[in-house]
Amino acid sequence: MTTALAEQGTPPAPAAAPPPAARAKRRRGLDQGVPRWQIYLPLCLYLLFTLVPFYWMLLFALRPAGSNALVPWPVTGEHFQKVWNERSFGIFFQNSMIVGVASLVMTTAVALAGGYALARFDFRAKKGFMLALLASQFIPGALMLVPLFEIFKNLQMINSLGSVVIAETVFQLPLSIILISGFIKNVPVSLEEQAWVDGCGRFRAFCAVVLPLLRPGLIAVGSFAFVHSWNHFLFALMFLSSQDKQTIPVGLNTLIGADSVDLGALAAGGVIAAVPVVIVFAFIQKWLITGFSAGAVKG
Amino acid sequence: MADAVAKPPRVTRRRTGGPPRRLPYLLIAPAGLLMLGFIAYPMLSVLYYSLQHYNVTKPWRNGWAGFANFTRVFTDDPQFWDTLVFSGKWVVTEVLLQLLLGLALALLVNQTFLGRGLARALVFSPWAVSGVLTTTIWMLLYNPSTGISRYLADAGIGTYGTSVLSDTGTVFWAAVVAELWRGVPFFAILILADLQSIPGDLYEAASVDGAGRARRFFHITLPHLKDAIILSTLLRGVWEFNNVDLLYTLTGGGPAGQTTTLPLYVANTGINGHDFGYASALTTVAFVILLFCSILYLRLSKFGGDTT
Repeated sequence: MTTALAEQGTPPAPAAAPPPAARAKRRRGLDQGVPRWQIYLPLCLYLLFTLVPFYWMLLFALRPAGSNALVPWPVTGEHFQKVWNERSFGIFFQNSMIVGVASLVMTTAVALAGGYALARFDFRAKKGFMLALLASQFIPGALMLVPLFEIFKNLQMINSLGSVVIAETVFQLPLSIILISGFIKNVPVSLEEQAWVDGCGRFRAFCAVVLPLLRPGLIAVGSFAFVHSWNHFLFALMFLSSQDKQTIPVGLNTLIGADSVDLGALAAGGVIAAVPVVIVFAFIQKWLITGFSAGAVKG
Repeated sequence: MADAVAKPPRVTRRRTGGPPRRLPYLLIAPAGLLMLGFIAYPMLSVLYYSLQHYNVTKPWRNGWAGFANFTRVFTDDPQFWDTLVFSGKWVVTEVLLQLLLGLALALLVNQTFLGRGLARALVFSPWAVSGVLTTTIWMLLYNPSTGISRYLADAGIGTYGTSVLSDTGTVFWAAVVAELWRGVPFFAILILADLQSIPGDLYEAASVDGAGRARRFFHITLPHLKDAIILSTLLRGVWEFNNVDLLYTLTGGGPAGQTTTLPLYVANTGINGHDFGYASALTTVAFVILLFCSILYLRLSKFGGDTT
């Protein structure tokens, strides 16, 4: 392996000789011996593409109206105050939180039950159920707006957050079930059987043995559900008619669509919309990749 | 998948007393009922409406229409063909570019280097961002008087007052770049997840045998990633076709209908135009096209062909 490294041109070594642990770590890398600049140069370019837009939003949100400076100094809170109070982003934030948390809870609970059934039982409707889950991925939510609107009208749920929670949950469910059943399959059945032998019922055994092991997976699935319904726009736009029921994406859209766009307010609204998902993202980041590889592709 | 699961129910019958044959059905009942009520039933009503004249603003015409709506789609609606062509162009461009950039990004952050954790977190972060927020951010960047173009013009590049979103020549690529910004991380995450399951010995053996980087990539990495790539391009293609958030808010389908996808056209027809019957016929056609393309794609790409 060392010869392979040498053949390919040794990477410019860090100033101090790396400690043996770091060296061993580097060798485990997928494709050994890539010159450092071939990593850092494209990475920096891509980081620029990723981060400049975020920075631009922060810049507009923090610098005073009329300023053209490229550094937000002096920092002002006027735009935040304005969107939070005058543009009712305070209420939108609250509504988005309710929708996000409620669909997180519903999606996780319903998907946990369904995922357990798929992972641990063989039953006649199993194939059909799996097929329905997969087929539903091809049904566009946007195209279902009309019938969904009618259903919620008949249920007298138009203009209540409940309609949005249900719609978000339903369209999140198929993928969540597939992911969770993948996680449950990774927990050996023998662990559960041992608990039964020890006198636990199936439910207690599940809570005591399986659930703790599922925690990373559940956090990943719950976070997807939260982020998804926090971000989603069309259902809230269509099902919620009064302004005090609206969610943040809809609030942002009204700022975008305004005749004379107040860019500072728009940017501040964007930052308010981004903060919760960024926090959630930072929190689940380390489970994201394992979550996908355990559930989605190999399910 | 199905063989290892037959055993446990017998044990429970003794323990919990409940007939376990019903348990799996009880467990899938909430999900099943929700999906029946809010996916299957609406889907059927779309089929039903598509055979009706159903327009809120013209109630005197409402009633059975037979295939009139479908005839109109195929023979009497040039806008349908325009939106179909744009949808195709949009999906193919997005998926192809996202795949190439996502693959490159995944290979990049799969290397071991200083600050990898932070780099991953940063490059993946747009994944968490929504269509409307993406629009917000790119509206600020594309703004003709205070956006990037103004600062570039200050530096002598380009001209003042260019609005990429209202120019029919640039609007497509402006939308493509905004969607790439949040779409590439999805691909990168999925591909990275799969990259990590490739055993390292394979590469070591290959390098010992004298295979260079390019050969290792084409003979080990790419074949291993094949199924993940097929699956993620399919999922992403469906998503890019269906999703209307970004285009609805960024361009509104304009200028002059230049960026109206088929689903966006449906939403405009049904929700804003109140012509539910015709919108439903369009929906049905869109669904059939999507399903047909997906099956064709899976067939042509021989998904899962060489794994078993």
